[in-house]
Amino acid sequence: MDIGLIAQHTVNGLMLGLIYSLVAVGFTLFFGVLNVIKFSHGDMLTWGVFTAFSVYLGLALVGLTSPSFTLVVVALIAMAAIGFLGAVIAKVLIIPLKGAPPLNTLLITLMLGTVLRESIRLFYPDGANPKHFPALLPDWSHSWGHFTLRFDNTAMLIVGILMIILVQIIIKRTKLGMAIRAVSQDEETARIMGINFNMVVYVTFAIGSGLAAFAGVIYGLYYNELSFNMGLLLGAIGFSAAAVGGFGNIYGAIVGGFLFALLQTVGAAALPFASAYKDVFAFGVVIVLIAIKPTGLLGEKETERV
Amino acid sequence: MKLKRCMSLALGLLFIMASGPVMAKDTVEVAFIGPLTGGVSAIGVGGRNSADLAVKLRNADPKAKYHYELMVLDDECKPNAGVQVATKAAANKKIIAAVAQYCSVVALASVDVYHKFGLPVVVWGAVHPDITYGNKYKEIHRINGTMINQNEIAAKFITGLGYKTWVNLYDTTDYGKGMNEYFSKYLTENGGKILGSFGVTSDQQDFTAELTQAKKLNPDVIWFGGLTPLGVRIRLQMEKLGLTSQFQSCSGIISDAFITGSGDFAEGTIAFREGEPVENLPGGIWFLKEYNKVGYKEAPDAFGPFAFAAMNLILDVIEEVGPNRKAVVKRMENIKGYEAIVGSVTFDEHGQNTSPAITKYVVQDGKWVPWKNSEYASGKRKLKRR
Repeated sequence: MDIGLIAQHTVNGLMLGLIYSLVAVGFTLFFGVLNVIKFSHGDMLTWGVFTAFSVYLGLALVGLTSPSFTLVVVALIAMAAIGFLGAVIAKVLIIPLKGAPPLNTLLITLMLGTVLRESIRLFYPDGANPKHFPALLPDWSHSWGHFTLRFDNTAMLIVGILMIILVQIIIKRTKLGMAIRAVSQDEETARIMGINFNMVVYVTFAIGSGLAAFAGVIYGLYYNELSFNMGLLLGAIGFSAAAVGGFGNIYGAIVGGFLFALLQTVGAAALPFASAYKDVFAFGVVIVLIAIKPTGLLGEKETERV
Repeated sequence: MKLKRCMSLALGLLFIMASGPVMAKDTVEVAFIGPLTGGVSAIGVGGRNSADLAVKLRNADPKAKYHYELMVLDDECKPNAGVQVATKAAANKKIIAAVAQYCSVVALASVDVYHKFGLPVVVWGAVHPDITYGNKYKEIHRINGTMINQNEIAAKFITGLGYKTWVNLYDTTDYGKGMNEYFSKYLTENGGKILGSFGVTSDQQDFTAELTQAKKLNPDVIWFGGLTPLGVRIRLQMEKLGLTSQFQSCSGIISDAFITGSGDFAEGTIAFREGEPVENLPGGIWFLKEYNKVGYKEAPDAFGPFAFAAMNLILDVIEEVGPNRKAVVKRMENIKGYEAIVGSVTFDEHGQNTSPAITKYVVQDGKWVPWKNSEYASGKRKLKRR
């Protein structure tokens, strides 16, 4: 395999890994703070990209067409809106079920995902059909043999990694992060210390959901396409990535996301069977890894949850 | 006064006798089954509207013997949902016949149900050969052509343009695999060389790994056998990876949704479909006029005329032999030279229409344009690598 081809596969894998990691970080945040698995997380990504697309159409309608301005506005509004939706879901569905068996939360969020997904299909104009997400980043590119390096991919990778670092800083270096970590360690003690438990949960769900919306915008910019059911598989992969990396550990989610992308890329490009089996291969390896290390590759350490 | 009353009574009786017996028409139920939700729902909804139009026009016809009611069922283009709704329609004895199936995977899963319950069905869009040729069910008929005809014409045409090498991508459903099998067969027979072939799952989102492999092979043409949602993704991701090959596909992507989803990158895409464009069909202009008169919100889309013709055929047969499933099946066996808006219909011993034309299409300025009318054919525009 020539070097250009390897470089192209690497960039493809990094982009996929970034999207998976952003989704997986959300899963791990929710699990870390409240021990819940929110299966509607992939569909929050879909809502994020549809919100961004709608804002874009609205801006175009009033004549605001500057790509850079549009991109910043659509991304911020999508993140804020989906972050708010995440907080509302936490208040209405997650916290009331705190004392119930975890299976109930899992089932409720699974059903919520279906409601979110189907509501786009049924109520968004022409929602059943794929839509064209606008290219809001410059399409500069340079080719070296089989390798094409695009400016937009590079920019998305850098901004995506910065976003993950920002979340890590919020969790590790701010008072809010300290409160989130305190709640994740011991809810009762955190309450006694004066931490507003409910508020911490709302904020954590807002951050995780906002990240899903951000991942949705990256997805839209990368593939230039959005559809009502795009979050289904992304949710399953993000969940698997968080599980294989180690639930409750942000680094684990990132490692899991990039590992899953690597497995898919290897499955499609390097293994001697049809690429249709790349997901089977990737999920198969994940099953083996979880069987070997049930707590995930970076295993959750009690003192360092979230 | 008495005489006047007698005269009025006599005149009244005379009028009743002259106008003949006035009776309410019996109601006959027929069904439409297609994908009304999901990625190919635009085609399904267009088909439903077209079948509905056929029923409406028939009900408005004073010469019609029966009043028809249409039951509409959504198969979601998924085999499990398809079998459920097929069973629902077939088990309902009030349903005399159905216009059913755009998606081959659903049709293949449902034909056994129709046969078991004896429900006569006319397929309006699914193209897999086994739907008609894979069984000996008398209940199954198809008004559109099969992927065999389509791929034979496609391979001849595209090699005739001078292209030499291909990389094939196809979804691993029966539909995609069938398309790949027949296109590869006819392409090789016509001297085309397939450099690589990649099966992809029908809900796959990322194709960069497969397309990067394709880029290394540097084919003249990237061919895709599958439906619109994947077609959109592959076309857009080709552009992202800097692939300069021509994009060619099949009837599965001929929809307005492909053009909307792919935006400007749809330009120059080549695909093939059974039948002529609606405007060129024998009854196409009339069909469009009637369709617009009813004021449906959605376009008839690519396969609407087939759904209309299939429903009209069913209604004609019911008018002729009465609302009886067995009688309809028996009459359908002998359909020869039936004039429909899609052209003359003749069913062979497998219930397959033997005279479907195949039209070559290219996307030009955001529309599927028949190749012969396009600026690509006249030489004003050039396809990629030509």
